[in-house]
Amino acid sequence: MIAELGLALLWFAAAFALLQLFTGLLSLREAGAGFAESVRPVAVMQGVLVTLSFLALIWLFLRTDLSVLLVASNSHVDKPFVFKLAGTWGNHEGSMLLWVTVMALSGAAIALLERRLPERTMLATLAAQAFVSLGFYAFLLFSSNPFTRLEPAARVGAGLNPLLQDLGLAFHPPTLYLGYVGLSVAFSFAVGALMTRQVGPQFARAMRPWVLGAWIFLTIGITAGSYWAYYELGWGGWWFWDPVENASLMPWLAATALLHSVSVLAARDALRIWTIMLGVVAFSMSMVGTFLVRSGVLTSVHSFAVSPERGSFILALLCLYIGGALVLFGLRASTVNEGKQFAWSSREAALVFNNVALTAILGIVLVGTLYPLLTEAFGVRVSVGPPYFNPVGAIFAFPMVVVMAIGPLLRWREDRFARVGRRMIAPVAIFAIALVAALVLAPGIGILPLLGLALAAMLAVASVLPVLGRNPRRVKLAVWGMVVGHFGLAVALAGMASNAAFTTERLAAAAIGDTVAVGPWDVTLSEIEPIAGPNWTALEGTMTARYRGGAPVVLRPQARNFFSPPTATNESALATRWNGQLYAVLGQEADGGRWQLRLWWKPFVTLIWIGGLMVALGGLLALIGRVIADWKQRAIRVRLAERREYREAQP
Amino acid sequence: MSASLKPKHQRLVLVIVALCVLIGAGLLAAYALRNQASYFYVPSDIVADPPEPGQAVRLGGMVADGSIETMDDGVTIRFTVTDGQASVPVEFSGIIPDLFVEGSGVVAEGSMGPTAFIATNLLAKHDENYMPRELQDMTEAQQREVVAETYEAQAQ
Repeated sequence: MIAELGLALLWFAAAFALLQLFTGLLSLREAGAGFAESVRPVAVMQGVLVTLSFLALIWLFLRTDLSVLLVASNSHVDKPFVFKLAGTWGNHEGSMLLWVTVMALSGAAIALLERRLPERTMLATLAAQAFVSLGFYAFLLFSSNPFTRLEPAARVGAGLNPLLQDLGLAFHPPTLYLGYVGLSVAFSFAVGALMTRQVGPQFARAMRPWVLGAWIFLTIGITAGSYWAYYELGWGGWWFWDPVENASLMPWLAATALLHSVSVLAARDALRIWTIMLGVVAFSMSMVGTFLVRSGVLTSVHSFAVSPERGSFILALLCLYIGGALVLFGLRASTVNEGKQFAWSSREAALVFNNVALTAILGIVLVGTLYPLLTEAFGVRVSVGPPYFNPVGAIFAFPMVVVMAIGPLLRWREDRFARVGRRMIAPVAIFAIALVAALVLAPGIGILPLLGLALAAMLAVASVLPVLGRNPRRVKLAVWGMVVGHFGLAVALAGMASNAAFTTERLAAAAIGDTVAVGPWDVTLSEIEPIAGPNWTALEGTMTARYRGGAPVVLRPQARNFFSPPTATNESALATRWNGQLYAVLGQEADGGRWQLRLWWKPFVTLIWIGGLMVALGGLLALIGRVIADWKQRAIRVRLAERREYREAQP
Repeated sequence: MSASLKPKHQRLVLVIVALCVLIGAGLLAAYALRNQASYFYVPSDIVADPPEPGQAVRLGGMVADGSIETMDDGVTIRFTVTDGQASVPVEFSGIIPDLFVEGSGVVAEGSMGPTAFIATNLLAKHDENYMPRELQDMTEAQQREVVAETYEAQAQ
């Protein structure tokens, strides 16, 4: 019953989306102005219906209703509760339902909360939002129905991919989805503004919280995904330039550019067309990402179902949305009025520079990701990895970091470089000191890690200059957000460079009682014994590690074998210190009772994810700051209006 | 930018600058891809036209039966990758994937050394759902080859 109810709710939600599209479009015309009243309630209703449908699917997964095909093929009666819950979106159909649910909920949120935008732009935005959702409803209902019944019902269920049975990962996809969908809202705003040609600071202020929110979720999602790949795959790396990772990085790059250009539009009313363009590009990148991950073009743990039909469907949606938006852009862009002017030495110019650099990096990642697909069409198989992405990306990323250090010190509109030059003396000095220190103390670490370390030191110092010497309580929250975000990027960059420069690796076959040295650590293998978990068995190694002969730390890496589906995974073990991590993997049994061990000492590697979280925290501070400022402004406006009314009421 | 420029001009200059940078990035990417992309080889390709020593390539094929031997250090293995026509010796130091066994498919990432292919990473079938893309196609291609060979043998 619940499955049928869920499906019916989904159909109703789709019908309401259609209604939202038509009432939204009609209300833009003079003759249809009467429909304007109904658009907001319809959007809210759509959100409620699809949420109920998603709750029905969660209910089916929690009860492990094996008469539903999706549950039977992705869940298992013996699975722990939290993974039953995560199983809801740990598959193709469920994740698509989560996508439309989040999208409809954000549509409802716009309908309920957004009051600054000109009414017509707002109606056009909701119509655009409904149009995008409809594609996904069609996708769900016609090719990926999550509520299909299974006759006869299965007895135990197939289980969830063991690599995905990890607490962090249970919440990784929804986080990224919130980011992707947030960008779809930004896209709808961009389309709405193009339809009514009302592009200005008001529009930018309405769009900014959505862009910020999406960007925060993407940042957290990428950071968490990177940490997951680091400790779960057992390869000791934190970023592999895997197409699936790139699929999440590209929307982030576009969203980062959009976030900064929308700030210029809100503060200075410049970069109108560029902001609209980035809104389209950012959502295009989330669609490209979804296509790459979900279509089966790539094989990875992320592509749940390899089905050409679904791939074509997503590709068709992608072409429809992006093509449509670009046509609208081409028709309308020239009719949007030019924004305000600025000088070459101004904060706007610095932001433009970094926007272009981010877009160039985005292009480089996109080309590198699609190139293997392209050559495959001509029968040539290639793979593109770090030797391409690292140096080519760095050519644009490093100048960007330099401008990131200077930009916040510049004034809006026009400034003199001489004035900023004096404030840059300290950061530049730090850069030089770090460069020389690294060259002397650690020669031969490679040009990219060397520059990375020096630039990270410079950016760390420069990023706090905007608040240095000011009363902390009088600095706006949004400025704190910028400072924390930029500082976080410096921290992450330092972690990446340090990991690339100073990691030591040791591969050895050790008998019980043997001691292996890696960097400053001495690791002794004490015992190997079999253990069993709820749905796996494993060999667990016990190792005692001492840092420079200090107190012993116990590490227990495992080689696990899951029953359903039968899969072997390596559970790495980590010992974290303030200055880095020891990373241990247990391999197979070698000759003579020895065991293969793979050990890494990674100085300051944790800074990568700490930095990533700081970047997200910076976004959060900015978001809170903007929302509070908005509320205050609104309260002031209301009070002014009341006073005016009161005065007018007086004789 | 000087204030004397008309509004239209600033937009135009910005667009041109942005386009130049993006085209530059594209050209740079194309140049780097030609040099840095790692090509996929099967053993017959390696024998027919060996890649430059040190150039990153990927070698795919079947692990020949009875070819895996472990060196004395316990972590280095040598084995032979074959595609039925040619075979290439491979050397690898590291933790081997769990489903890496004789007679199964493997993709080795690495480069040609003086005597053998030096692999830096081995990709084997991970579980029944996840295997390197090249392997999926390879086994199919091999199946076709086997069928073709059998027909030829019958015809003779």
